[in-house]
Amino acid sequence: MSCSRFLGSVGTIIIKCKDLRIIQLDIPGMEECLNIASSIEALSTLDSVTLMYPFFYRPMFEIVEDGWSAFLPEKEFEVLSSVTDEWRLSYINKDFSICPSYPPVVIVPRSIDDETLQKVAVYRHGGRFPVLSYYHKKNGMVMMRSSQPLTGTNGRRCKEDEKLVNATLRPGKRGYIIDTRSLNAAQQARAKGGGFEQEVYYPQWRRIHRCIERFNILQESLIKLVEACNDQSHNMDRWLSKLEASNWMTYIKEILTAACLAAQCIDREGASVLVHGTEGTDSTLQVTSLAQIILDPDCRTIQGFESLLVREWLQAGHPFQQRCAQSAYSNSKQKFEAPVFLLFLDCVWQILHQFPCSFEFNEHFLVTLFEHAYASQFGTFLGNNENERSKLKLQQKTMSLWSWVNQPEELKNFQNPLFEANSLVIWPSVAPQSLQLWEGVFLRWNRPSRFLDEAEEEMRRIIDYNRFLLDKVKD
Amino acid sequence: MEHIRTTKVEHVKLLDRFSTSNKSLAGTLYLTATHLLFIDANQRETWILHHHIAAVEKLPLTTSGCPLVIQCKNFRIVHFVVPRERDCHDIYNSLLQLSKAAKYEDLYAFSYNPKQNESEQVKGWQLIDLAEEYKRMGVPNDYWQLSDANRDYKICETYPRELYVPRTASKPIIVGSSKFRSKGRFPVLSYYHKDKKAAICRCSQPLSGFSARCLEDEHMLQAISKANPSNRYMYVMDTRPKLNAMANRAAGKGYENEDNYSNIRFQFVGIENIHVMRSSLQKLLEVSGTKGLSVNDFLSGLENSGWLRHIKAVLDAAVFLVKAVAVESASVLVHCSDGWDRTSQVCSLGALLLDSYYRTIKGFMVLIEKDWISFGHKFSDRCCQLDGDPKEISPVFTQFLECVWNLTEQFPQAFEYNEAFLLQIHEHVHSCQFGNFLGNCQKEREELKLKEKTYSLWPFLLDEQKKYQNPLYKPSFSPNLTLLEPNTVSFNFKFWRNMYHQFDRSMHPRQSVYDLIMDMSEQNKQLEEDIKQLEAKIKQKRGRSDAVLVKEHQQSAHPAPVMLKTPPFFKKDQPLIPLNDAVLIFAFAQWCLTRLQREVSVPCQLLSALHLLYQLDSDFPLKNILYKLVLYHTSETNITDNIGKRYQFVIV
Repeated sequence: MSCSRFLGSVGTIIIKCKDLRIIQLDIPGMEECLNIASSIEALSTLDSVTLMYPFFYRPMFEIVEDGWSAFLPEKEFEVLSSVTDEWRLSYINKDFSICPSYPPVVIVPRSIDDETLQKVAVYRHGGRFPVLSYYHKKNGMVMMRSSQPLTGTNGRRCKEDEKLVNATLRPGKRGYIIDTRSLNAAQQARAKGGGFEQEVYYPQWRRIHRCIERFNILQESLIKLVEACNDQSHNMDRWLSKLEASNWMTYIKEILTAACLAAQCIDREGASVLVHGTEGTDSTLQVTSLAQIILDPDCRTIQGFESLLVREWLQAGHPFQQRCAQSAYSNSKQKFEAPVFLLFLDCVWQILHQFPCSFEFNEHFLVTLFEHAYASQFGTFLGNNENERSKLKLQQKTMSLWSWVNQPEELKNFQNPLFEANSLVIWPSVAPQSLQLWEGVFLRWNRPSRFLDEAEEEMRRIIDYNRFLLDKVKD
Repeated sequence: MEHIRTTKVEHVKLLDRFSTSNKSLAGTLYLTATHLLFIDANQRETWILHHHIAAVEKLPLTTSGCPLVIQCKNFRIVHFVVPRERDCHDIYNSLLQLSKAAKYEDLYAFSYNPKQNESEQVKGWQLIDLAEEYKRMGVPNDYWQLSDANRDYKICETYPRELYVPRTASKPIIVGSSKFRSKGRFPVLSYYHKDKKAAICRCSQPLSGFSARCLEDEHMLQAISKANPSNRYMYVMDTRPKLNAMANRAAGKGYENEDNYSNIRFQFVGIENIHVMRSSLQKLLEVSGTKGLSVNDFLSGLENSGWLRHIKAVLDAAVFLVKAVAVESASVLVHCSDGWDRTSQVCSLGALLLDSYYRTIKGFMVLIEKDWISFGHKFSDRCCQLDGDPKEISPVFTQFLECVWNLTEQFPQAFEYNEAFLLQIHEHVHSCQFGNFLGNCQKEREELKLKEKTYSLWPFLLDEQKKYQNPLYKPSFSPNLTLLEPNTVSFNFKFWRNMYHQFDRSMHPRQSVYDLIMDMSEQNKQLEEDIKQLEAKIKQKRGRSDAVLVKEHQQSAHPAPVMLKTPPFFKKDQPLIPLNDAVLIFAFAQWCLTRLQREVSVPCQLLSALHLLYQLDSDFPLKNILYKLVLYHTSETNITDNIGKRYQFVIV
């Protein structure tokens, strides 16, 4: 929450919330108003994580299943090892010494030992060596993710890295490296010690560059978009040009296109894919997680989607605390703030919108996740990576969001009544005419939604009645 | 027929309009007297009515053949590649001739024969009765009466014969007023609001020039305001931008001078003219037709086209109108230049917002008949039915439909009809298949003897109204005269993809919530029926053992029970489906049958496929499969052929 005040005969406090809502409070008595305002100001800009709500929140519900232990890597790996034995769990990072932003356990090719991994980690930005992100059961192709290789200006190579990357290929098969930066940006990264895989050293791989924007550019985009949505006085031309100027929809299209590309390489071309940008903590995760939603029906269930978020965002080290600090109304420029996760959710919503029967969850679930990523009574999105989370002892001191979401009576609210499990790969359209502004987030507080809500209720009623009748006929 | 040189061309390619890799389908192109038909290798048919063709273009020869691009008035764009240039040239020339009729008698409506007998034809034309409609509104009454002034189209050729005017407006006043109005279109009643006793009237611009006035016209307006006992003043809405109206004064036309008319409140609402609208749509289509379009080019193109701005302007005008009527109980006189384009848009949308009757299927037909057809919206010129002046073409009616669509999006439960209904009407406004929209005014339609020689569209739409029903419609949402108050903030207006990309399947959501809900509520009705029957049977046969009971119900409750007993696939040594599931399956199969209108063989096939599945995995959720079978079938014809394929989809 950010907060500003205007002085008059009656004190007015305008509270701008992270969920984009704006509340105006008129308070009689100047002094009281100032007191309240400064309290809100202070409480909404706490410095220490341990002073935040999750550390004081005491749940009023009984925990059936502890969300902290609902998605353990070992359990997830069991599923994988039942279809293939080409992969293994590595505990090389158990004390976070090899890669501070990786979880303690990662999945790597069985043929690669920990010693090799150690060498590869040195060669990759932030120690983020290539790890398994997704295994496509249909054809055994895989998606890996990492950070950029540290080739530098003199084109340093690392034999172990080449060995690791090649170990993911089947004999005679080719792979694609999807670099989420433009070729230009990737080349410039060499001056700062970074770089990209050179064809000579990775002859079985084809590199494709897909530019996905990052950091402050995205944050500015969000700020502009929200500004445009909040101004009801805009005439049509101004609204459209503001919407365009925000570039938000362009970024949605870029991200979805890159994700479709990755999915296409795997499913259609039968090739393995390695995705990375610079750090491998932002655009990389957008691409790998969206590709999985396209490819893997499990990710379209509630449990599966939660598991995806845990694997590809939380454990993979997306720095939530830095990225989701202030949301769209921040006054001060936050250097690391960026709506990377919100863009991902928006992309998921676009796919959900195009395949409304293929997801077990509804729009409300995505909106809830957006809210909790920015401000929550649960500890799930605190910290920037597993290392920080374990230091904060979140498991012991806070409640997991999943413990709350996964209670049967809460789950009901997130279920999509139209869901019919769809085992197919779902290809979204990325034509601008097919993409829509996510009204459920951006226009949520700006338009009356009564009629839409009632229509939705009626829809639910028809569906429920349908189930009821079917059951009756069955009896 | 004399225009057709080549009737069939083989090995023609149909290109995917938006594919960047130039995907295409090979097939055969046929040219008939009324349609262009393309049948691809998968036997899928694409029919294009000649009248729907807006433009044909031959592109420069390529290595694979001669490209032919056809743009249709329903926004379909097809891109053929014909192998031989000669064939392409022949088709091109034939289409140029066939798509532009020289006289009305050449239009499809005059040859279209839906196998109705004469009395059905007559009844069809009587379906919409405007006299009945005015009665429903509450006129004639103490203040309003039917005038016979235009009985022989003597006063105004483009108005209908029957017009409603204030009782106090005498014949000389009417005649005088009509002489002071462009094309003689004097103020007449368009809609009467029973509760408020306020009227929406329409006319054309006054011939006021810089200073001319006309006492009869002033009397006419006074008569209208006096016919409303609940409010002394009335509004006069000029739907044009002020600048345009002022420019018209130089040509001896113009707008009402507030000083000359007592008790009027004059207001401009600024809807642009037909030429601006035509070029706006042109720009919109150019943008939306671009291959590999970026988001920003799309949005800036949308902005530059001005299309949504115009849609908003029309709806804003209607909102202004209904506020005057509903909030102030004031009567309103609406006009533009000639009073047949913008005036029709604003009056009809106003009535739609005021009166829930127009939000029903039948009511919407009445509304179009009244404010568009009878009051002389020039459908022939605007939709280019005959080869005429291209400057007369304008998407005025399309804009009206788009405004209605926007309202259905904001009020999902207020309308009995759905988007498909609006699209279908749009289709037929341009198809010239039915007589309703032919010609420019009633007089012309009578001269063409349309009621004898052609058929009315409305009974056909009513016959298939199931397709056009909004499953979420709630009549109690807006009882009788409840006002709809739409929010016209800019972000509420969206690009109407289902209109402008109606035929570009790849852009649409792959699953439609709407269709699903529609099917479900349809199915619910069927199931209710089944349950009733089953319950009745249970009562009848009470006493017998359960097993027999179920089986017998099964057989007697449905029209084709034999199949269930011995479908060809069911071999004796295979276990039969347990009866409970069989009942369920059967209900579904029957439902599929009613939906598909196929012979009995369909449920048989369905059952066989299901039975096989069931044997593969007895835990397989049967309900899901059946659902899927129906969901995945793409067109009605190929469910039998593709049953194997569909079924693979399901078990993958």
